Amino acid sequence: MNRYFWILGGFAALVALLAVGLGLNPRDVPSPLVGKPAPTFSLNVLAKPETTLSPKDMQGKVWLLNVWASWCVSCRAEHPILVEFSKKVDVPLIGLNYKEVRGDGGFDMSKMPAEEEKKLAFQRANKWLADHGDPYKLTVMDLDGRVGIDYGVYGVPETYVIDKAGVIRMKHTGPITPEILGKKIMPLLAELNK
Amino acid sequence: MNFRALIAAFVFAHFIGSTAALASAANEAALAADPVAEKRLQKLSEELRCLVCQNQTIADSNAELAQDLRREVRSMIKDGKSDKEIVDFMVTRYGDFVLYRPPVKGITLLLWGGPIALMLFGILALRNYLRRRASRINAEDKPLSAAEASRAEALLKEIDQK
Repeated sequence: MNRYFWILGGFAALVALLAVGLGLNPRDVPSPLVGKPAPTFSLNVLAKPETTLSPKDMQGKVWLLNVWASWCVSCRAEHPILVEFSKKVDVPLIGLNYKEVRGDGGFDMSKMPAEEEKKLAFQRANKWLADHGDPYKLTVMDLDGRVGIDYGVYGVPETYVIDKAGVIRMKHTGPITPEILGKKIMPLLAELNK
Repeated sequence: MNFRALIAAFVFAHFIGSTAALASAANEAALAADPVAEKRLQKLSEELRCLVCQNQTIADSNAELAQDLRREVRSMIKDGKSDKEIVDFMVTRYGDFVLYRPPVKGITLLLWGGPIALMLFGILALRNYLRRRASRINAEDKPLSAAEASRAEALLKEIDQK
């Protein structure tokens, strides 16, 4: 009797362990960048291609960095929420356009000169924002995704909350939903802006 | 055995293999120049997980991100970075998750120690079982004591008399 109790108990423990494992979201990889200074960059601004923006320019402000691209399907789902957010909340939202042309997959990059890629990327990003609304204070263009690597981007869209000192306080992978905005991001912004 | 079918299968397999090799060669033609660097790239890529296709290494995966990361590793090799520096570069950006062999840490103890603990538990259980069985068999093999023998005798006689 005792022996069966042990076997059953062990089996139940194993089932519980596997059940918890199945319930976790494998896409939700914790970012080692939370609590670290936001990686620096200097990228061209979409609206004014002759100027650049660097995270240093945002020092002293709590801000959001939202990684997006026009080919990204989840970004489309997320976008109206960001547009609403930007109308209501006075926190600068910076867009990081990630591999606008290269990430699309529909282009043969080995046959496209850099100048042409740049032109096409700006064109496509501008059109997308004109069509869907522009929630961003401004958008910077990460044409080759190099800055994306520094931020550990692996599943567009991604959103980073960065505090006044330039430290990343939160990262969200995947589209922002009203729940995540209301329960996680807004309280954090309020706290950081105190 | 159908000889023709065998040849067809062989040719087909060969065809599949060579097109796969061709495809990857075309993608990464530029890097084959330095065989030593290539070997390092291959080795490092096999240690790094693709964040998009999470069950593949960046050596196996054809995801955009895996290609970008291979390119990144390649340029770091070119810059003379050590293997450790390259792996650290990935870990600071993507965390331990990017490592196919997770480091031994508090949080990974169950992962690393679990199988060993289970095996030890199994060995102990097996030993206990074998010991108990052996002592039971030994007990059965023991010659009867005088009292037992006389009782057995008595019982047998009883049967004979019936």
